[in-house]
Amino acid sequence: MNIPFLTSIVIFLPLAGAFLTMLARTENAIKWTALGVTLVTFGLSIGLYLGFDPAVSTAVTPQLANISSSWFPGQFDIKYFVGIDGLNILLIMLTTLLGPIVVLSSWTYIGKNLKPYYTLLLILQTGVTGVFASFDMFLFYIFFELTLIPMYFIIGIWGGENRIYAALKFVLYTLVGSLLMLVALIFLGYAAGDAVNAGVFTTDWYTLVSYNMPVEMQGWLFLMFALAFAIKVPLFPFHTWLPDAHVQAPTGGSVILAGVLLKMGTYGLVKFCLPFFPNAASDYAMTFAVLAVIGIIYGALVSRAQTDAKKLVAYSSVSHLGFVVLGIFAFNTEALQGAMIQMVNHGISTGALFLILGMLYERRHTRDMADYGGIATSVPVLTFFMVLSVLASAGLPGLNGFVGEFLILIGSFKSETLASPVLIALATTGVILAAVYLLYMVYRMFWGTLDNEENANMKDLNKRELALLVPLAVLMIVLGMMPGPFLAKSEPAVQHLLEVIETKKAIGEAGVTAATEVVLPAQISE
Amino acid sequence: MEPDLLIKLIILLPLVGAAINGLVGLFLPSHRKKEGLIGAIAIAMVAIPFFITVYLFTGFHGEPIVVDVFSWMKAGDLSIDFAYRIDQLSLLMTLIVTGVGGLIHLYSVGYMHGDDGFWRFFAYLNLFIFMMLNLVLGNNLVVLFLGWEGVGLCSYLLIGFWYKNLKNSAAANKAFIMNRIGDFAFLMAMFIIFKELGALDFDSILAGGPGMDQTLINWAVFLLFIGATGKSAQIPLFTWLPDAMAGPTPVSALIHAATMVTSGLYLLARLSPLVLSAPSIMAVITVVGALTAIVAATIAITQNDIKKVLAYSTVSQLGYMFLATGVGAFYVAIFHVMTHAFFKACLFLGSGSVIHSMHHVEHELEHDGHGHKLDPQDMRTMGGLKKYMPATRMTFLISTLAISGIPLLSGFFSKDEILFKAFEFGFDGNVVGWFVYGIGIITAFLTAIYMTRAYVLTFEGTPRWPHADKIHPHESPWTMTVPLWILAGLAAVGGYLGLPAVLGEVNWIHHWLAGENGPVAEYAVNGHVSHTMEWALIAFGSLVAILGVTLGWKWYSSQGIGFDTKLESRFGGLYKLWKGKYFLDEAYDKAIVRPVIGSAYHAFAPFDKYVVDGLVNAVGFFTRGSSFVLRYMQTGLVHSYAVAIVFGVVLIIYLMLF
Repeated sequence: MNIPFLTSIVIFLPLAGAFLTMLARTENAIKWTALGVTLVTFGLSIGLYLGFDPAVSTAVTPQLANISSSWFPGQFDIKYFVGIDGLNILLIMLTTLLGPIVVLSSWTYIGKNLKPYYTLLLILQTGVTGVFASFDMFLFYIFFELTLIPMYFIIGIWGGENRIYAALKFVLYTLVGSLLMLVALIFLGYAAGDAVNAGVFTTDWYTLVSYNMPVEMQGWLFLMFALAFAIKVPLFPFHTWLPDAHVQAPTGGSVILAGVLLKMGTYGLVKFCLPFFPNAASDYAMTFAVLAVIGIIYGALVSRAQTDAKKLVAYSSVSHLGFVVLGIFAFNTEALQGAMIQMVNHGISTGALFLILGMLYERRHTRDMADYGGIATSVPVLTFFMVLSVLASAGLPGLNGFVGEFLILIGSFKSETLASPVLIALATTGVILAAVYLLYMVYRMFWGTLDNEENANMKDLNKRELALLVPLAVLMIVLGMMPGPFLAKSEPAVQHLLEVIETKKAIGEAGVTAATEVVLPAQISE
Repeated sequence: MEPDLLIKLIILLPLVGAAINGLVGLFLPSHRKKEGLIGAIAIAMVAIPFFITVYLFTGFHGEPIVVDVFSWMKAGDLSIDFAYRIDQLSLLMTLIVTGVGGLIHLYSVGYMHGDDGFWRFFAYLNLFIFMMLNLVLGNNLVVLFLGWEGVGLCSYLLIGFWYKNLKNSAAANKAFIMNRIGDFAFLMAMFIIFKELGALDFDSILAGGPGMDQTLINWAVFLLFIGATGKSAQIPLFTWLPDAMAGPTPVSALIHAATMVTSGLYLLARLSPLVLSAPSIMAVITVVGALTAIVAATIAITQNDIKKVLAYSTVSQLGYMFLATGVGAFYVAIFHVMTHAFFKACLFLGSGSVIHSMHHVEHELEHDGHGHKLDPQDMRTMGGLKKYMPATRMTFLISTLAISGIPLLSGFFSKDEILFKAFEFGFDGNVVGWFVYGIGIITAFLTAIYMTRAYVLTFEGTPRWPHADKIHPHESPWTMTVPLWILAGLAAVGGYLGLPAVLGEVNWIHHWLAGENGPVAEYAVNGHVSHTMEWALIAFGSLVAILGVTLGWKWYSSQGIGFDTKLESRFGGLYKLWKGKYFLDEAYDKAIVRPVIGSAYHAFAPFDKYVVDGLVNAVGFFTRGSSFVLRYMQTGLVHSYAVAIVFGVVLIIYLMLF
């Protein structure tokens, strides 16, 4: 099956769906439209997954690409350029998978202003998919900023009691980073244009990768890019917007936030920071690795001190994404592959945790762990999914979290860039701490006697809720036992990316002259 | 039949059983009451693998069979397969796991009868067998680790099985977290090995491992040993095991005596050639083992809860096994794993049978409204049970004598071999061998005493529960006594698989594990202990055991529990130390748990709130504050702009003119 413009369709179908929901008249029509659109989008994205052939993949040659001619011919080399490569395919699949799940999770949770909610949700999905699929930095930037607006409203309108503060903090914090990135991007576009694009400003990712930036210029630009992404991840100490946003956001918002929005940060580090500024990236690798490891331990300990279950899970994200950042800055295939798969894993298991906490919130209207206790008796099926997700999140072998953490840690341990057994040992203590705070949550909420009337009368999962959790539970097991096919999708691209980085690093160290060039495979034109 | 298919069946069937009973039970509440069906499925899913293993065992030719099922994960140089290995060691372990496991499944049908969580219990039990089989059959460290953490999970689920009591859940958390501390070390060992060798399968490790840099070998073996101390409950990570007795008693027998806790020994035996190339770490292992043996034995003497006695006894016996491992006698450690699986499983199941009937007494008392509270595990309110529970009593007695090392019973052979190996190690010029031999002998004496004490207090003398004249306990049903008899039989004769060499017979277990094709290495002895000396050692060991049993019997049958007060006054502070379990829990709580959790609450969380986030808000506040001033520049009111323009024009003119 060969559908033309499939990549673009997967990106923009939700946006088209957003217009459809605006036209819908009844609440049911709105919900079903949103569900239908996200389901079709997911179905189509399977076409992307099957159509993408990792065997012929390199990091710089996207497949299934859709490219326009330059928007400002001769002046600025900016264009519409989207495609699929080994680095983005899994994240795009994750985004389209979470689409219908988020819609379904909002089914009864969102009681007011349905129309704008689902419209914004669909716009958000287009933004996120676009971020992952863009091969033009300008386009990437547009999508990156586009995700801010719907999320701002989703938190700000349908959020908890302190929603305005959280929403504003989320937007301003991210904006500070991304504006710095914009400045850096403009600088980079001109510099690359002068050097390798006949003097024409360019934001084409391929061209930017082929450009060897002199080492002394890389530092500041790297930091400006990296800061934007570090805030998004969020990397310690830029993480404090996250717990606020998570706690205030409605369930659907939390799931998207943890599931895919944070991955825009880690993805950005891999796709842009590393290949654009390889020398600076390896110079700063230790700094970022140390921050990542601090995040792993610090996030876990702060998580343990929470009384609000949602906040506990939010801080666990700080800890878990620390592993991903560590893997990114280890500069070897094992660790980077671990980071890639861990982005997906975190989306699935943390997504499931937020879904379950949302289901409990719908029943009891509280997130305070002290209000629960012993509910395993009243909601056994929910408890089963909770324990499974907790174990996946704690990295139990056989479930998805282990694969990512194990690859990251074993790769980081042999990393020549980091070369610090003590640092990796500290990171590995995260495995102990994860059990400490996650089992504590289960202990407080699920075990013990059921002495609260309201808890005793809770209903167990209904069919809709089961339909949400079953696919995620299945994925936890499949990704835990057979991650092979998924890893295979990204491995060639990851290996190639590391080779490109290695080559560029060597050129940078030798001193960039006009004659030095990175030999990249030909760029796919259509 | 193809061994490939058979091995897959062995591993897969228990998982299938767990999935059926677990998922059907979870989603179909009507299924939960069908105890017969649930039990039959669960037992079959362990029994079939047992018989397959027997078949493979009898037809085994000495060459290991490796079955590669599918690739687990692959990235860069790392390639991990779901591969399983059949050889002498894994076959023996699989026989123990499925054999003893199957008997305990059968026993549980009676023991768990009527429990709301009957279905859940058997799902967990089957899942445990699946994980344990991954542990002993996996062909690389990562599959072993899957089983390793998997049995830890099942242990967590089963310790906290009666989750309505938060104490049980707390014990479950403690077990899981302490095991994870060990697992942390295990992971680090894997990182080191992979970095050096680029592979984690056993063939590569055993081929390349001993050639690694000595420091790295030491680190790897040390970290693996720390991992083993977690799972196998050794100093410093043993305090979770006594708490784990919160789980149903069959679980204590299966997981916390016969199988899971011996994983650490299996791991070290599996990697024995690598361990042998780290002699300094071996010294650590044997000393830790010996100390654990004596520390736990002294605690066991002071316990009144029958399961706690057995729990500390398990810790102590595991210490013996590590003692053997550290002197390079890996096959003897595995021999003791086996005999211990027989007699300790029998003892735990026997205690379960006792608890079962004491529960009955408790119910009767409540029913009659006597208002007496009875702890069904407290030996102080037992006594004289031999009259009511003849089968339980007889099997318990046989196992008590076996663990005490009474000649010709199984424990005698394996323990004697351990002590002999320690002696031989010392004889060979390793001072540490003498040290651990000495401790081993003292511990053997203590073992005989505390086990005899437990037996006598439970079964001999006169009943001590309230209204003992009217309320009588009953013997347990056949589903429970049949496994008891089988295990007691094995506890009696199982030792003949490892007859000492001095008898001139073939020591089968040595030949099987450490023979020509055997996978287990051993320490090569230079100086041989003479036969006369060996006989003398056997005689001495027997004497110690017989003396212990005789004294224990004399003291506790004549004075009952009252003899404890005598011990207390004799040993004073030392006894307080034993009774207080060396105050390790308190020490860990003060030194580790409270500082970590306390810092989370009182340092990290406030730091995050007031410093990290405080800075962010301060920046926001500053921005808002400055905008508070600056916003007067952009009010949107035309007249204020006009005023500003006028001022501006005036200012410019002023600057231009002057």
